Amino acid sequence: MSTNDDLQSILNDIKVGDIVNVVLNNSSVISGRLMPRYESSERDHIVIKLPNGYNVGIMLKKIKFITKVSSFSIETEELPKKNLYNSSSLKSQHKNDNDLSQISNLPKIALISTGGTIASKIDYRTGGVTSVLSAKDLYTSIPELSLYASIDTEILFNEYSENIGPMHWHLIANKIIEKINSGNYDGIIISHGTDTMSYTAAALSFALQDLPIPVIIVGAQRSSDRPSSDASSNLIASVIFATQLDYSGVFVAMHGSISDKEIYCHIGTRVRKNHTSKRDAFKSIDIPPIAVVQDDRVEIQKIPSNIILHKNKNRNKINKEFNIISKTKFDDRVFLLKYYPGFNPILIENVQKLGYKVIIIEGTGLGHINRNCFSYLKDAIASGMLVFMTSQCIWGRTNLNVYDTGRDLQKIGIISLSNMLSETAMVKAMWLLANYNDLDYIRNKMQENISNEITFITPIVEE
Amino acid sequence: MNEIILKVGFEIHQQLSTKNKLFCNCKCLEAENYDSIFLRKLRPAHSELGSYDRASIFEFTKMRTIKYHSSYLSSCLVEADEEPPHEINRDAMDTALIISLALNSNIIDEINVMRKIVIDGSNTSGFQRTMLISYGGHLQIDGKKIGVQTICLEEDSGKLLSDDGKFREYGLDRLGIPLIEIALEPVTGTPTEIVKIALNLGRLLRTTKRVARGLGSIRQDVNISVNNGKGIVEIKGVQRLDQLIKVIEYETIRQHGLILIAEKMNRERKSNDIIIGDKIMDITNIFMDSSSKIVQKVISNKENIFMAIRVKGFKGLFGFEPYPDIRIGKELGELVRFYGFGGLFHSDELPNYGITDIEVRKVNEILDIDISKDGFIILGGPREKMSIAISAICDRLNNVSSGVPSETRAARIDGKTIYSRPKPGSARMYPETDIAPFKITDDLLVPLKEKVPKSWNETISYLAKKYQLNKNLAEKIFDSNYFEIFEVLSGLTKISPSFIASKLTEDILNFERQGYDSSILNNNILLDIFKRLDSGLIAKESINLIMEKLMNRTTKSVDESIRVLGIKSISDEELEKIIDKIIEDNVLIIQEKGMKATSALMGKCMTILRGKVNGKKINDLINNKLNIILNLKK
Repeated sequence: MSTNDDLQSILNDIKVGDIVNVVLNNSSVISGRLMPRYESSERDHIVIKLPNGYNVGIMLKKIKFITKVSSFSIETEELPKKNLYNSSSLKSQHKNDNDLSQISNLPKIALISTGGTIASKIDYRTGGVTSVLSAKDLYTSIPELSLYASIDTEILFNEYSENIGPMHWHLIANKIIEKINSGNYDGIIISHGTDTMSYTAAALSFALQDLPIPVIIVGAQRSSDRPSSDASSNLIASVIFATQLDYSGVFVAMHGSISDKEIYCHIGTRVRKNHTSKRDAFKSIDIPPIAVVQDDRVEIQKIPSNIILHKNKNRNKINKEFNIISKTKFDDRVFLLKYYPGFNPILIENVQKLGYKVIIIEGTGLGHINRNCFSYLKDAIASGMLVFMTSQCIWGRTNLNVYDTGRDLQKIGIISLSNMLSETAMVKAMWLLANYNDLDYIRNKMQENISNEITFITPIVEE
Repeated sequence: MNEIILKVGFEIHQQLSTKNKLFCNCKCLEAENYDSIFLRKLRPAHSELGSYDRASIFEFTKMRTIKYHSSYLSSCLVEADEEPPHEINRDAMDTALIISLALNSNIIDEINVMRKIVIDGSNTSGFQRTMLISYGGHLQIDGKKIGVQTICLEEDSGKLLSDDGKFREYGLDRLGIPLIEIALEPVTGTPTEIVKIALNLGRLLRTTKRVARGLGSIRQDVNISVNNGKGIVEIKGVQRLDQLIKVIEYETIRQHGLILIAEKMNRERKSNDIIIGDKIMDITNIFMDSSSKIVQKVISNKENIFMAIRVKGFKGLFGFEPYPDIRIGKELGELVRFYGFGGLFHSDELPNYGITDIEVRKVNEILDIDISKDGFIILGGPREKMSIAISAICDRLNNVSSGVPSETRAARIDGKTIYSRPKPGSARMYPETDIAPFKITDDLLVPLKEKVPKSWNETISYLAKKYQLNKNLAEKIFDSNYFEIFEVLSGLTKISPSFIASKLTEDILNFERQGYDSSILNNNILLDIFKRLDSGLIAKESINLIMEKLMNRTTKSVDESIRVLGIKSISDEELEKIIDKIIEDNVLIIQEKGMKATSALMGKCMTILRGKVNGKKINDLINNKLNIILNLKK
């Protein structure tokens, strides 16, 4: 008999959540609530939550039988009694707190949930954290949000960000257009997993140009089911940015340091996740963040002269027919190639055979790659592929004029993308490829600045 | 007090002496100074079953910014809650299993790490990681079995550095050090009997040689209930056994007092006579021109208001004291202090504190008080905290008739306890999703069974034999904080272990009784002192002199003590010269007494040489010299 059958026969009609007595072979009894079992763990144990709150695993082999004591019901802890008193003076004092969200002169925000840590809690299926909290749940658990805006929430989909791709970018972009065209909103917030958040930010920056209002993408590095989560402070800041920012466009709002202090607002094409777990994993690359929320106020930073930002238009001025550039399709035939010592150039030939149209190289230093790749790249370009050069250094600009290698690469037809982030370059190529047919046009557009993905001046910033 | 039945349950929290922390590779070190600071705010999170924990909500109402100090030597991103926890420290797990085996406790088949929500800031994550290792079992004391409830392995919390009401500051060095928590079944008995249980459990833990020693390495939480009352009062932070006796004594009286108050109330009042908080009025205006200094101090802040709460049928119950200083009015005062209020006034104590009869009458009027029966509470403080504090007061008053409410209290050094928060419920626990459940297999347990410590008696006999100590001294050194350094010194030097042991127990204790501070005597200093003795640089007699100087803080180092005391090592040549001189000066005595002159000469030598040369050495030298002189004469 498999352990699965063992489990079934032992449990009988007992369901997860029931209070049970587990009688062991040695006749001792463990009482508690039957908890769901993580699907990924082996099924040779059951988990019981004891009255003291601890979960313990009991081996099936040691169980004689289980009896049900009572069926599942959620015990709500007795909360401090709020309505014990009947005083009119106290009542009037508290009236405002409850009614704030209803006051119509607050800015209006659409909060679109796509999943991720910011909307996550424990999942018994996998044993890890999973995205299940709706944007509405977040709003309920962070009542301070009602001080800044009246928020409509919508769950678009519920994915870890590693499962989000070009198709999802398309869906998010279309949803944003729908919300903007309704004329109801002063700003839009997208809650998103952090792993690929900057890819989505770049994608939306290209798909939705000349936005009339801010679109703020927000996430959390610590799940919102823990008291120390950065979800609430990031979300509160994103609402403040969405309602108070002077600029429109696509931005990312995340912690500026490991303290719960400053929340930074990053330009969507210039932001990158640089740490696996820290709250301040997101950094603006080659520019400072454009704004900071500190003590619930927006402080606009010195914005370098070459950064182009559109003025935030009042939603009341949004014409119902407002025409934002919206090309929301993406073509995934773009290969992001990280060069490394020992790289086998034959891979380039294979990429070409697989039908890819564009290669974005993440070269070394100023934009270099071993000369043994040259002939393969020549062939690829001759076959009609576009090949661009970015740097794996993350910070700084490529320059193919300084060393021989660079000059040789130019001769082959490889185009340097200045200080465009390699991930942003890849997304940009996907976007161009889906929306334009002419290769020359795409080649030129790649080198042009559309959404601050290239900044031709790098400020001297103290880190 | 004869009719009081006292029940006490212990929870012992003992730090383990593992090299690394429970969920990361940082060393378990006390930080001497901190390198960096960061700030955090915590808020309650939904527990697994979807309800908020009462204790967390309580803390949230007091939410403030928390400042964390960290040292790179003892904390990393894991303690900063910036990196997920690593795997469970296997050494710590082994220790918890060994202790479970020693107490015949039933070990869980599969251990699940839980998050216990604690949002006072002592854990950066907002929860303490804890796991139930085993349940049941017993501790044997004088042939009696004391039941074990549960044995848990958990991480220690951050160290509170300061709390000025605005910022609360914690050091991260202690956060994450493995702790074993042993909860015993409640027992009845006298405080002294009960303390003996704690002592024995502590000894059992130490026999594993896997637990940390010293102040702060062991903490007792105590659950106390009187006369089978339903309310469970958990008292945190008892660090010493002598304090524990005081805590039990105080809490017995407090709880019995509350029961007596409840009995009086239930005897004298009908349940529907008492109506709590049916009328609550803002009385700031009445107090505006009060001559009371306390009132004026509150009112000088524009954000503050005064509210009065009517409590029908409560006259005489706020101030009733079945024991000195035990009354409901005081309980309520402690309660609101925790919400950031200075205190409160109740009708049984007014007029007083500069509040006039006229003002009291105005309050009576506005609340429509029947002065023959009703009472009221006056609370002054910040407007925004008013409603939560009034809720808490009403909640507490609702519980007066049932005697002792369940709550968590903090122990003070003098043994008194003060209210700290509502008792946390099981809703504060949910699974630590970052760590996979840990299976306990027979393969893992079998080798650990051999490491189960010997019984206390066996351990002491073994020590007595190994180090040639008498049983009493063996017990003393094993119970002391110096056992580890004792073993090191006994192995490292040729000094007699029984000499080392008596210095480290009796002599240090003597100095402590004189009010000297023994915390200065760390392992390095003791090692330094005894090594000097071992190599003949100082004499046995110097040890106490040096320890005394260090402990009363006249000197800061062993070197300085030696310099101040004028202890110099004297070469054999110099020593002989000094002794020869003394013999020369005392020829008459030698002539008169012969070999019996030794003791007189010894006395004279010691006035010059005390602490500089070993007395025995001097004695031998004198004897030799006398022998030679007297033989020559013959």
